[in-house]
Amino acid sequence: MAYGGLAVPIIVMSVFWGVVGGVLPWLVPKGPNRGVINTMLVTCAVCCYLFWLIAILAQLNPLFGPQLSNETIWYLRYHWP
Amino acid sequence: MGSLFRSEEVCLAQLFLQSASAYSCISELGERGLLEFRDLNPKVSPFQRRFVGEVRRCEEMEKTFSECRGLTLGGFSGDRPARPLTLRVQEQSEQLAQELREVSRNHASLRGRLRDLRQCLHVLREGQRFTSQPMTFGAAVQPRGGLPIPALLLCLCSFVAGVIHPWRVTAFERLLWRACRGYLVASFVEMPEPMEDPVTGESITWVIFLISYWGEQIGQKIRKISDCFHCQVYTYPESEASRTEAITRLHGQIQELSVTLEETEKYLAEVLDKVAQVLPTWRVQVQKMKAIYLVLNQCSFDVTKKCLIAEVWCPVRDLTQVQEALRQGSVSGSCFVQRVPTSESPPTLIRTNKFTSGFQSIVDAYGVASYQEVNPAPYAIITFPFIFAIMFGDVGHGLLMFLFALWMVLYEDSPRLRQGTNEIWLMFFEGRYLILLMGAFSIYTGFIYNECFSKATAIFPSAWSVATMANHSSWSSAYLATHPSLTLDPNVTGVFQGPYPFGIDPIWSLATNHLNFLNSFKMKMSVVLGIVHMGFGVVLGVFNHVHFQQRHRLVLEFLPEMIFLLALFGYLVFLIFYKWIKFSAAESMVAPSILIHFIDMFLFTSNAENLPLYPGQVPVQMVLVVLALASVPVLLLGTPLYQWCRQGAPRTVRPGAVGGSMGVTRRSHCGCCPGAAAGHGGTGAAHLDFAEIFMHQAIHTIEYCLGCVSNTASYLRLWALSLAHAQLSEVLWTMVMRNGFVGLSYVGGVVLVPVFAAFAVLTVAILLVMEGLSAFLHALRLHWVEFQNKFYVGAGYKLCPFAFAPDTWE
Repeated sequence: MAYGGLAVPIIVMSVFWGVVGGVLPWLVPKGPNRGVINTMLVTCAVCCYLFWLIAILAQLNPLFGPQLSNETIWYLRYHWP
Repeated sequence: MGSLFRSEEVCLAQLFLQSASAYSCISELGERGLLEFRDLNPKVSPFQRRFVGEVRRCEEMEKTFSECRGLTLGGFSGDRPARPLTLRVQEQSEQLAQELREVSRNHASLRGRLRDLRQCLHVLREGQRFTSQPMTFGAAVQPRGGLPIPALLLCLCSFVAGVIHPWRVTAFERLLWRACRGYLVASFVEMPEPMEDPVTGESITWVIFLISYWGEQIGQKIRKISDCFHCQVYTYPESEASRTEAITRLHGQIQELSVTLEETEKYLAEVLDKVAQVLPTWRVQVQKMKAIYLVLNQCSFDVTKKCLIAEVWCPVRDLTQVQEALRQGSVSGSCFVQRVPTSESPPTLIRTNKFTSGFQSIVDAYGVASYQEVNPAPYAIITFPFIFAIMFGDVGHGLLMFLFALWMVLYEDSPRLRQGTNEIWLMFFEGRYLILLMGAFSIYTGFIYNECFSKATAIFPSAWSVATMANHSSWSSAYLATHPSLTLDPNVTGVFQGPYPFGIDPIWSLATNHLNFLNSFKMKMSVVLGIVHMGFGVVLGVFNHVHFQQRHRLVLEFLPEMIFLLALFGYLVFLIFYKWIKFSAAESMVAPSILIHFIDMFLFTSNAENLPLYPGQVPVQMVLVVLALASVPVLLLGTPLYQWCRQGAPRTVRPGAVGGSMGVTRRSHCGCCPGAAAGHGGTGAAHLDFAEIFMHQAIHTIEYCLGCVSNTASYLRLWALSLAHAQLSEVLWTMVMRNGFVGLSYVGGVVLVPVFAAFAVLTVAILLVMEGLSAFLHALRLHWVEFQNKFYVGAGYKLCPFAFAPDTWE
C-alpha cells in the first residue's frame, strides 16, 4: 500500500498545530480571559505537537523489527495488506 | 488577565473614619469585601479593647437566638445591620425567649396534671372490679393474686389504692405480706393502656393495686410502705355511689384539661412560627454586627483628630471603590482613604474564576507566590494535565475520566452536587475542570500510544508488512510450525514502509518484543520533555528579573544557567533526535549508544567500539563541556561580586539610595535568604552580609547544577508510570476479560456478563482511581519540584479581605 512517507503527516500536523497555536490566539475575543486562553492555546499546541513529533521520529528508522509468534504471523500474513 | 500572570499590586493604606460614621463605613466595606485590616492594637488584650461592650452584647443576643432556635434555617439576608437596630432586636428577642419559656413550662405542667387525672380514673375503674358485686366463677378476667371480696366484709375494711411501677410489684407484695401478716388483701391489675413515666419519660404499663385492710395501724404501715416504693396513691372512696360520682367527675375534668392542652399547644406553635420567621435574619445581622465591631477593635483612636484610623492592605485597582464605599457610608463625606508607602512585603492577590481556581489552588498548595513574582498557574493549566496524560495514556480510560468530569461540569449548579458533605466527593468536585482536561489529554496521548483498554487500533494501515517478509524469507506453514517466534527485518525492502502517521504502529502491540521498542521510545520521550519543561522554567525566571529591575541577573544568572542546561542536556536532546533521523536498520549492528557517548563526554575519554554519531563529535563535545563548566563560576560568583562592587563604590556618596537598592535586591533575592532581609531592613549593609549572600548563591549554584542532572533523571518517572499503566491494563485484559470470550455458545454469552462486571469494577478501581491518583501525584511532584525550583520562590501570603461571605454564615 502506498505510504505517504514522512512528508504528508508532518505537513498536516504542523499546519494543524500551527493554526491552533499561531492563528487562533488572534481570533479570541477581547475580554478579561483573553490572556489565559491564549496561553492555553499556545502551550497546548507546543506540547501536543512535540509529543506527536517524538512519536513519529522514533519510528522513522527502526533499528530492529517486531518479533511475532507464529500464530500471529499466520493471521497477519493474509489479513493485513 | 494580568492578574493570573503575576499577582496584583497591593498597597498599604490608611482609612480615617469619623467616630460617628465609622460603623457604617466598615459595614459598607464589609459588603464589598475588598480590604484586609491590620491589627493596630496587638498588645491590647481582648477585654480592654474599645468596643468590647458591643461585642459582648452581640454575643448575648446570639445566645438568646440559639435558645429560640426552632424549626427552619432561613436564607442569607442581604440587609445591612444598622446600629440602633441592636437595641430593638435585643428587646424583642428577649421578650420572645421569655414567652417561649413560659409557654413551654405551662404546657409541661398541664400534661403532668392530665396524666395524674387519667391514672386516678384508671385506678377507680379497675378497683371497681374487686369492690363491686361479687363475680361469678365463670368470670373471664380473674384479678391476679386476689379473690373477690365478699360483700360482707366491704363495710368493715378500708382501702389504699394507687399505681406502682411494674418492676416493683413482687417486692411490694412480699413486703406487704411480711409486714402485715395477712391482715390485708392486695389485688394487682395492669393498666389497660401505657402511660408516661414522669421521671424518665418512657411509656410504661403501670400496675394498679388495691389493698383492703382492717385496722388503723396496718393502714399506716401500708401507706409508709407504698411511700417507700414511690407509688402514686389515690384516695379510694368507700361507697359505691361516691366512687361512680368520682369517676364521672374525673371524666369531666379530663375533658376540660384536654381542651386547655390543645389550646396551649396551638399557641406554642404560633409563637414558634413567629420566631422562626424572624430569627434567621436577626442571626445574620447580629453576626455581621459582631464582625464589624471586631474590626473596629483593631483600629486605633487618634485623640487629636477625634477619628479612628485603620490600616489596610488594599489592591491598587480597588482604591476608587474603597473611596466610593467610604463616601456612601459616612454622613458628611468626611471619611477618606490615603495611600501610605511601606517597605513591608504586601500580601499576594490573584483573582481567579471557577475554571482557574482549581489550578491556582494546586500551585498555592506548595507555596503562595511571593508578591508580584511570576505565577506558574496559567502554564500549569495545560502542562499539568499533559504530564498526567503521558503517564496515564489510554483512550478508553481517558474517555471514562472525561465523561465523569463532563457530568460534574454540566451539573455543577445543581444543589445536590454542591452541598455534598462527603469530603472526598467535594475534593473531586472542586477539581472538576482539572479532571476534564486530564481526561481530554489522556485521550490524545492514548491515541499516540495506540492504547484503548490496552488494545491497539489500526486507524491507518500498519507500516510493517508481514506478507512481504514471509515471501522474502519463504516462511511456509511447516517452517512456521517449527519456529514459535520470528522477527521481521526492516532491512528487507518492503517490510517497513514508513513511519506510522499518528502514534505508535499497531503491530507493536502484537509483538513479543514490544517492550524493547517502547522502553527506548518512552525513556527518550521523558528526557526530551523533561528538559524542555525545565528550560521553560528557567526562561520564566527572566520575567522575574526584568520586573524586579535586576537586569544584571539576566547576564549573571540566567545566561550561565541556560548555557549549562543547553550545553549539556540540550546537546543530549540533539543527540537523541540526530540518532533517530540519521541511523537506520542498515547500520543497526554498529549503531552508537548515546548513553556511552554522554558519559564519555564528561570523562573526556572515548570508546573505540562506540562509533561517533557525526564527524567532529569529540571536539564539539569538549567545547560544550568546557562552556558548561565555565558557566558554573559565573553563576557562583557573578551576582555577589556585582552587588559588592555596586555597594563598594558609591557607598560614601549616597547611602540612602544604595540602601534602598540593596533593600530591593535583597528582598527579591529573598527566596534563599529570608534571614538577611529580615535582619537588615534598609540601609547599613555590613560586611557580614556578604558572607550570607555568597553562601546563598553557592547553595543556589550547587542546587541548580546537581538539580539539572537529578531532575532530568527524575522525569524518567513519566516512562515508569506509563509502563506500569500499560502493563496493568494488559494484565487486566488477558487475565480477566479474555476469559469471557472463550465459550462461543450461548452459555459463553451468559458467562461474559459477570466477567465483564469484574473487568469493569477492576478497571475503575485499579486503573482509574489508583493509577489516576498515582499519576496525579507524580505530575504534581514534577511541577512542584523539578519545574518550580528553576524560578519560583513561593514565600508570600494571601490577601484575606474582610467580607460578609454567605458561606461563613450557616
